[in-house]
Amino acid sequence: MHPAPSVIVFTSLSGLGFGLLVFLGVGLPPVTGWVALVFYLIAYGLAVGGLLASTFHLGHPERALKAFTQWKTSWLSREAWLSVAALLVMAVHAFAAVFLDSVLTLVGWTGAALSLVTVYSTSMIYAQLKTVPRWNQPLTPVHLLSLSIAGGALLAGQTTLAALLLTLAAAVQVAHWQMGDSALSRSGTDLSTATGLGPGTVRAFEPPHTGTNYLLKEFVHVVGRRHARKLRLIALLFGYGLPVLFLLFPGAGHVLGALAVVSHLAGLVVSRWLFFAEAEHVVGLYYGKRVA
Amino acid sequence: MTELPATTQKKLGLVIDLDTCVGCHACVISCKGWNTENYGAPLSDQDAYGADPTGTFLNRVHSYEITPEDGPAQLVHFPKSCLHCEDAPCVTVCPTGASYKRAEDGIVLVNESDCIGCGLCAWACPYGAREMDAAEGVMKKCTLCVDRIYNDNLPEEDREPACVRTCPAGARHFGDLGDPDSAVSQLVEARGGMDLMPEQGTKPVNKYLPPRPKQDRAAETDTRAPQLKPVAEDTKGFFSWLDKALDRLPGGASDPDKGGS
Ligand code: SF4
Ligand code: SF4
Ligand code: SF4
Repeated sequence: MHPAPSVIVFTSLSGLGFGLLVFLGVGLPPVTGWVALVFYLIAYGLAVGGLLASTFHLGHPERALKAFTQWKTSWLSREAWLSVAALLVMAVHAFAAVFLDSVLTLVGWTGAALSLVTVYSTSMIYAQLKTVPRWNQPLTPVHLLSLSIAGGALLAGQTTLAALLLTLAAAVQVAHWQMGDSALSRSGTDLSTATGLGPGTVRAFEPPHTGTNYLLKEFVHVVGRRHARKLRLIALLFGYGLPVLFLLFPGAGHVLGALAVVSHLAGLVVSRWLFFAEAEHVVGLYYGKRVA
Repeated sequence: MTELPATTQKKLGLVIDLDTCVGCHACVISCKGWNTENYGAPLSDQDAYGADPTGTFLNRVHSYEITPEDGPAQLVHFPKSCLHCEDAPCVTVCPTGASYKRAEDGIVLVNESDCIGCGLCAWACPYGAREMDAAEGVMKKCTLCVDRIYNDNLPEEDREPACVRTCPAGARHFGDLGDPDSAVSQLVEARGGMDLMPEQGTKPVNKYLPPRPKQDRAAETDTRAPQLKPVAEDTKGFFSWLDKALDRLPGGASDPDKGGS
């Protein structure tokens, strides 16, 4: 799949933002007043900024409100509802914490739950697609949720918890890569089933046009295996390894904490780039671009 | 609405004969023409006369080389447009309701004024049947020429999809695949019509007729070979004398010194 910058930014930032909202909702840390204001500004900046970035890749952003209508069948529509609900409920919680100095526990927990479900609905937009076997696996929601929660814990300053959750998320990340690498061949879809021209060998002889097209640009992105392996190491190192080291450093202060966040963010973006760039859409088979 | 109808009264669709298609791309052009001049946003081109031309097409023809387990290699031309799937994943993922499947005839359409151009439906289609128009920012797909097949302003023989009407080889057939007695259903029955990517669970309405196995003609060549042998080995007459005389000249075929440099 084409790794569109707007989608990478959207899913990375909003995942982090909603992850932080989960922790603020359950009172980790139990902040009020000015400190709370700063935390909420960061959380809303990430979540809302991410959502806004997602509208950049729309052909008609001015009609975005129509995306609320099909929640019965569409995960994208559900995501729209859930994100707005999470942001509204958490706004009430934030208002009480910042201006009234009071913690509305029930509201907070509801907002935290909604934030979690929002991230889940985002992950299901990808996980539901049978056309992209690498995404079409139960580990996809686990991967995106674990990353979001770990990043949230990191931003919320939950040192030990964050280190634990990052380690967990790293394990899920590796498993998602492992399962993903064989997903296309396990899916049973290949050029033979795509064309119905088997048994025997089928080879793409000539594409429909000499030039490129929307399908090739959007769905057929080929990353070299060596290149991908290098990027995976970078994602693991910056996204998970270094932040955990920084957090566990005895007497880790704000500087190391900030370094951990920056490093995680960099690793997260690389991981998300790979999430898209490595995902093989089965339509590539018709163009002889996939070896299944 | 992006909920799929439980059943449709008809299952209108195409039957594409891979044995007959000659790969002329006439259907590609007629489809582009009809759908640019008629319903909905025109199918735009970018840099059409430049170095890197691209454009929106609702129907594209691939070519594949196949080598059956027993039989000689074959070239198969493979037209592909929307298959108007019964379990259309492109419809259910659409957040706006712009994509829908009609209960009356099963045609899958996009209401362009509702489409936000998110592209998710194209992600969900395994066949590459949907393309986002780069100029209009809305999703385009085969309409089964819904503005022809019910169009009373057209002469009756034109009330079929443009690609079917134009195909010079008669490789595309249009009809109701929900009616077992229809001509298209009979054709599918007789020729072993098949689904593309059945494992994706989309239940396509369009069917493809497999290419007929080709005869292995290598053996036939052998049986005819004896007939191609020279009828007379020792020649006589004027031309025979001339042939030999020329051979004897310096540089002639039988000159051992000069020949075969
Ligand atoms: S071929 Fe693709 S676009 Fe057409 S109905 Fe099936 S899934 Fe949808
Ligand atoms: S591109 Fe348009 S038709 Fe396709 S899913 Fe998005 S809103 Fe629906
Ligand atoms: S039925 Fe009409 S829209 Fe569909 S491929 Fe044929 S000409 Fe194009």
